[in-house]
Amino acid sequence: MRFLRGATLAFSIGLALLNGVAQADDHVDFLRDVRPILSDTCYTCHGPDAGTRKARLRLDTRDGLFSERDLGAPVVPGSPEDSTLVERILSDDEGNRMPPPKSGKNLTANQRETLARWIAQGAEYRGHWAYQPATKPTIPAAGPWAANPIDAFIADAHERQQLKPAPPADRETLIRRLSLDLTGLPPTPQELSTFRDASDPDAYPQEVERLLQSPRYGERMAQYWLDLVRYADTVGYHGDNHQEIWLYRDWVIDALNANMPFDQFTAEQLAGDLLPNADRRTKVASGYNRLLMTTREGGAQAKEYEAKYAADRVRNVSSVWLGATLGCAQCHDHKFDPYASRDFYGMAAFFADVKETSVGEQQPTQIPSDDQASQVARIDHLKEAVAQQLGTWTPTLARSLDRWEAERTMRGSRWRVLVPLTVDSDQGAIAEFDPYEGWKPHGMTSEIETLRLSLFSELSLLTTLRLVIQPSKGAASVENAELAELSLKVGGMPVGFAHADAPVLRRGGKPDSAIDGDPSTGWSFATVGARSTELILTLQHPIEVSPETQIDVQVRLAKPLNARGTIFRLDSTDDAADIQAERALPEEIERILEVVTSERNETQRAALAAYFRTIAPELAASRAALSALAVEKQRIELAMPTTLVTESMTEPRVVRLLPRGNWLDESGERVAPSPPTFLAGEPPGDHRLSRLDLARWMTDGENPLVARVFVNRIWKLAFGRGLVATADDFGSQGATPSHPELLDWLAIEFRDSGWDMKHLWRLIVTSSTYRQSSIESDELRQLDPDNVWLARQGRVRLDAEVIRDQALAASGLLVPKLGGPSVRPYQPAGYWSYLNFPTREYEADKGAGLYRRGLYTYWCRTFLHPSLLAFDAPTREECTVDRPRSNTPLQALVLLNDPIYVELSRALAERVIREVASDDIPGRIHRAFTLLLSRVPRSEELAVLADLYTRHQADYAGDQAAAEALLNVGERPVPHDLDAIDLAATTSVMRVLLNLHESLMRY
Amino acid sequence: MSDGHWDRNNPAERARRLGRRAFLRRTAAYGVGTLALGDLLAQGRELDDVGSRRWSGVVRPPHVAPRAKRIIQLYMAGGPSHLETLDPKPKLAQMHGQAMPESFTQGKPIAQLQGQELKCFAPQHEFIRCGQSGQEIAAIFPELAKVADELCIIRSMSTGAINHDPAHTFMNTGTTISGRPAMGSWLLYGLGSETDDLPGFVVMTSTGKFGQAQPIAARQWHSGFLPSQFQGVEFHSKGDPVLYVASPPGVDANRQRDVVDAVRRLNMMAQQELDDPEIATRISAYETAFRMQSSVPGLMDLSGEPEHILKLYGTRGGDGSFAANCLLARRLAERGVRFIQLYHRDWDHHGEIKEHSAGTAREVDQAAAALIIDLRQRGMLEDTLVVWGGEFGRTPMAQGNGRDHHIKGFSIWMAGGGIRGGMSWGATDDLGYEAVENPVSVHDLHATLLHLMGIDHTRLTYRAQGRDFRLTDVSGEVVSSILL
Repeated sequence: MRFLRGATLAFSIGLALLNGVAQADDHVDFLRDVRPILSDTCYTCHGPDAGTRKARLRLDTRDGLFSERDLGAPVVPGSPEDSTLVERILSDDEGNRMPPPKSGKNLTANQRETLARWIAQGAEYRGHWAYQPATKPTIPAAGPWAANPIDAFIADAHERQQLKPAPPADRETLIRRLSLDLTGLPPTPQELSTFRDASDPDAYPQEVERLLQSPRYGERMAQYWLDLVRYADTVGYHGDNHQEIWLYRDWVIDALNANMPFDQFTAEQLAGDLLPNADRRTKVASGYNRLLMTTREGGAQAKEYEAKYAADRVRNVSSVWLGATLGCAQCHDHKFDPYASRDFYGMAAFFADVKETSVGEQQPTQIPSDDQASQVARIDHLKEAVAQQLGTWTPTLARSLDRWEAERTMRGSRWRVLVPLTVDSDQGAIAEFDPYEGWKPHGMTSEIETLRLSLFSELSLLTTLRLVIQPSKGAASVENAELAELSLKVGGMPVGFAHADAPVLRRGGKPDSAIDGDPSTGWSFATVGARSTELILTLQHPIEVSPETQIDVQVRLAKPLNARGTIFRLDSTDDAADIQAERALPEEIERILEVVTSERNETQRAALAAYFRTIAPELAASRAALSALAVEKQRIELAMPTTLVTESMTEPRVVRLLPRGNWLDESGERVAPSPPTFLAGEPPGDHRLSRLDLARWMTDGENPLVARVFVNRIWKLAFGRGLVATADDFGSQGATPSHPELLDWLAIEFRDSGWDMKHLWRLIVTSSTYRQSSIESDELRQLDPDNVWLARQGRVRLDAEVIRDQALAASGLLVPKLGGPSVRPYQPAGYWSYLNFPTREYEADKGAGLYRRGLYTYWCRTFLHPSLLAFDAPTREECTVDRPRSNTPLQALVLLNDPIYVELSRALAERVIREVASDDIPGRIHRAFTLLLSRVPRSEELAVLADLYTRHQADYAGDQAAAEALLNVGERPVPHDLDAIDLAATTSVMRVLLNLHESLMRY
Repeated sequence: MSDGHWDRNNPAERARRLGRRAFLRRTAAYGVGTLALGDLLAQGRELDDVGSRRWSGVVRPPHVAPRAKRIIQLYMAGGPSHLETLDPKPKLAQMHGQAMPESFTQGKPIAQLQGQELKCFAPQHEFIRCGQSGQEIAAIFPELAKVADELCIIRSMSTGAINHDPAHTFMNTGTTISGRPAMGSWLLYGLGSETDDLPGFVVMTSTGKFGQAQPIAARQWHSGFLPSQFQGVEFHSKGDPVLYVASPPGVDANRQRDVVDAVRRLNMMAQQELDDPEIATRISAYETAFRMQSSVPGLMDLSGEPEHILKLYGTRGGDGSFAANCLLARRLAERGVRFIQLYHRDWDHHGEIKEHSAGTAREVDQAAAALIIDLRQRGMLEDTLVVWGGEFGRTPMAQGNGRDHHIKGFSIWMAGGGIRGGMSWGATDDLGYEAVENPVSVHDLHATLLHLMGIDHTRLTYRAQGRDFRLTDVSGEVVSSILL
């Protein structure tokens, strides 16, 4: 070994200092003690990121740590004095010392000792814990405290830490805790007393089952899942426009209530469209891939946003399922974990087939409800039967066709052109016209154009008009033009139409809209190729005319630009017969009719027969039935909710490795879908992996991360803290598990139970660990201030939604409807005033929508409802694993002054007044405590509140108007059978209750 | 924050938490009654050492000598054209109507001009040399011209995102990825606040008549992964100035006080029972909230402002104008608010830039100048940093008779708070396209602002998702040449 002189001396001294330590038999664990130091201090330059790696040295792999280099191996097991790593961290030569001062990193003396001691003890090496395969650990032997294996692990750790579990929580606290944790709602007084008074030893497990079966369970759990997957009702960027995707939210609730196995839950969301048994439910689930923020900003570059969307999806899927911060690898290899930049783009490529709009509005998909689906199926079935009837050629029809042809030949064409004399316009359009071709407007520039035609008739009787719309030669088809209104004057007198019909329906709107007198509605029309379309207008009464009679027709066109290059012609007829049966004939049929019957070929005969079936009087009833069915179907379809689903494109977007994440640089290699290779190995070369493959890889039972990540998050919901404290990061910068064996046991139990989420919950909440009191003894406070060892339960501030739901439930106003479009509770006026494109006014719901659970609140990403925001509800722009739990003055302002909490205080006051014998003030307070806090008030609490009641009763008695003003807050009607003064004073007391710290907590 | 959620980044907080618990027990043991303890908590400041309600920041002592105590950012949202405001370009005028040389634009991102012919468009306003320093400022700012010697103009800004929403996010948080704290939140986390009665980070917004009123998202003042106590709080000029700050109808201040008192007393009792350290924080939060209920209306009430001050700003208040917000900003600054951000959403001039930039300038010129004058005459300019600028600039190329978004070069100005006035720094190329001389990135700007507030931007970090985040991400240099 070669040492710098100066360094050698310092090194020897350093080693001498370490000698005692190296012999100490405190075992140094690589994962617990060493790797965190290396990760924090060394990996930035000597870690997974090849781009910033210095001296080609990496300390995050076995190879890197132990391989011989020019100056020796960084780590020589058992021999700190030969390990260059030790030499470098002890060097007092600034140029030689690691970490270098300019890196801003530092090693404490303790950390240096730990590293040296680890080497002295033989440098036992293990890869990062989270990536190691999980094996089911042996359950430690346990005493009577342990109700299930969870407790055995916890008790084992208690023993090692010399801690004792807390006593069990009292029954009131326990049932409130359980109810809030599993359903997000407090127990009803009935549920509370049933459990409190139960003598059955199974009373608790029965409560657990009852709550797990409650539909409220799915709502509570969905609320957390929606944070992870960033569900919201708006697009997020720029104008933050509304988008409809609540069916996905309802799918989550349903899936959780039905206890869908987590592997299926995963597959349906990532790849519901690709499943062999894909149906409308799995399609709704695949909306997961569409939950990201999107933009509609004009001038936004598609490529830039495609890159943003790809990165967004990688961040989300890796956070939700892998507990990984893969987003860090967008621009470079991950600094601390073995994710390469290529892994980032490999994950992105899984989603390259997701059909979407890069910049602009996303295309929604209609999804029928069960009821709607069965109605549509019934209609389709009926339609098929009728269509079969209509499609069958019978001798009767053949005779009818002969008769029809004969009559037609005798009568000849009944239509005559109404010859234009002049055409002019409101907005400056001009029209060329030819007496027999029709008129062709030019120069239409405005949104609305009205053409005025003066015409004369060659016939002496008008019964029906026909507007023929024909693309001129070489012009494009007409799309989406609209005839807003057509009106007729004969001899200066307005003449009404009985009805309008469009026999050649080509994606047209309602013909009657063109004659309804309302210019804001119209008949939208289209032509295909050179074929015309037409509108038949039947007069209310036939009118006699002469060639001298002035006939004025006014044609109002909306979107006239869409009708450029179109020739219009008006015909009229004097035939009083029912022209509905005949209509104008398609050109093809006219041509066939010109051929003598005997000379028609098979194709022509078939075409004619097919056409005749559409007009044959014998089939009129069937046709009517068919169109009624079509109308019915359309009505149902219009009522169907829409959502965003995943549709797979056959040509996926090309995914390239973007150098430094720069979307303008297209020089990077193309990357195929692949999970991170250090976990999954190299992808198969022979076929492209799909999102379904990704879902299956994640839950195939071998993946060590997914089950660990998920059980840790459920654990956190149950205790306020995960077994891994960093529930969002299972990488090397994350915390190491406090109870690694328990974590693995739970993960494997979860997997082996068939990914049974309710089973996991049941295990946790029936443990003695869960049932402990959360009150901290003085001793425990000193020994375990962070409650790592769970010698008591955690204290958890309720989530924003639960704070609201609890008050709704206690007051009795909660509307327990499950699912449906998002609702709009009261919100301060002008709160959305910074939104634009378009600007919008928030309009609060009326009635039931005001009293729904918080999870149904309209989730506007840029301006989330301020009450929810104040209590740390996330905006859901990104995956949120851990909500912060702050404690701020703004929260006080919400609970004191938000009209909903004032209204709920009053409703709670009403409730306790009605449920308790009159003027028993302590009784009312007692009742309110039961409803809200699941306990009885202490006498000093009663005294304070009763005193407040008395003072406010006197106060409001002298100010009736103020009492009424208070009671008028909110939409709920003021009850006239109750004394306003009494109710107002009781409301004051209830306001206090809703504002208590205890009301915001579950203990 | 409950168990497991307090800031373990901060060893001091941990000590304080333990200390506070010890304190609470100690007082109880010495027989101080619950009400007495409540009164102590309500008074607040004495409790600093054992856990005050007021966050006093993690940067203690300051990393560097602070030059400014607070920042007022006049955020010109929409993207003011540097070419019509602060960056004179005679060469661009000569090239008017000619094709923009491709050497400038090759491979650069473009917003609405994608795929269109790129032509030079002359600056639409005359530039005037102002003050003793001879700073060149467009003639549409006659009032700012009078305080030109206080201004340091930076003509070499660049940013990383070309559409409004991501560009705002970048300007506020140093990244375009959502979920990171805004600069104001970082400042509050680092330095705490100097007021008990008001939030430490206040945001106000105004709109004008000329620039499309691009939307602005609350994400711009969100605290991201920092606890939400560091979030910016919006002040509104219409309705309640702060959401929910008004007591319910029928509840006057006395009745509200009664309710808050009863809450406090019951919380004190719960404290005895449950010994939850969060209860003390909750009690002080209610005290602050109650005080805000009177201090906020007092703040918004301009009736005590003398006529000459109202004239100086050009507002009588209550109209939601930029001018009214500037005056309120001064009042907030006086009361110890750390970071005040005024958005004026009127600078998105895709068309008719001559008339529209002049119009928007009229909306902000007098009040921005008044703010500087007013702070100066109160002796507050030296420790109040005023920053004027948008999320990006605008193209030297025409978009009709307007300009498109532009990120490669734009201008801002700063004044007060340790900034050297009467100078300019950096330059764009001859056509105003790219910052070529002494370029200043958004991270550099942030580093400089933090530096002036006494913070080393590399040392104000917060651990989230396994890594230490900072406002300046992985770059940022203090622009020391513009400092006093």
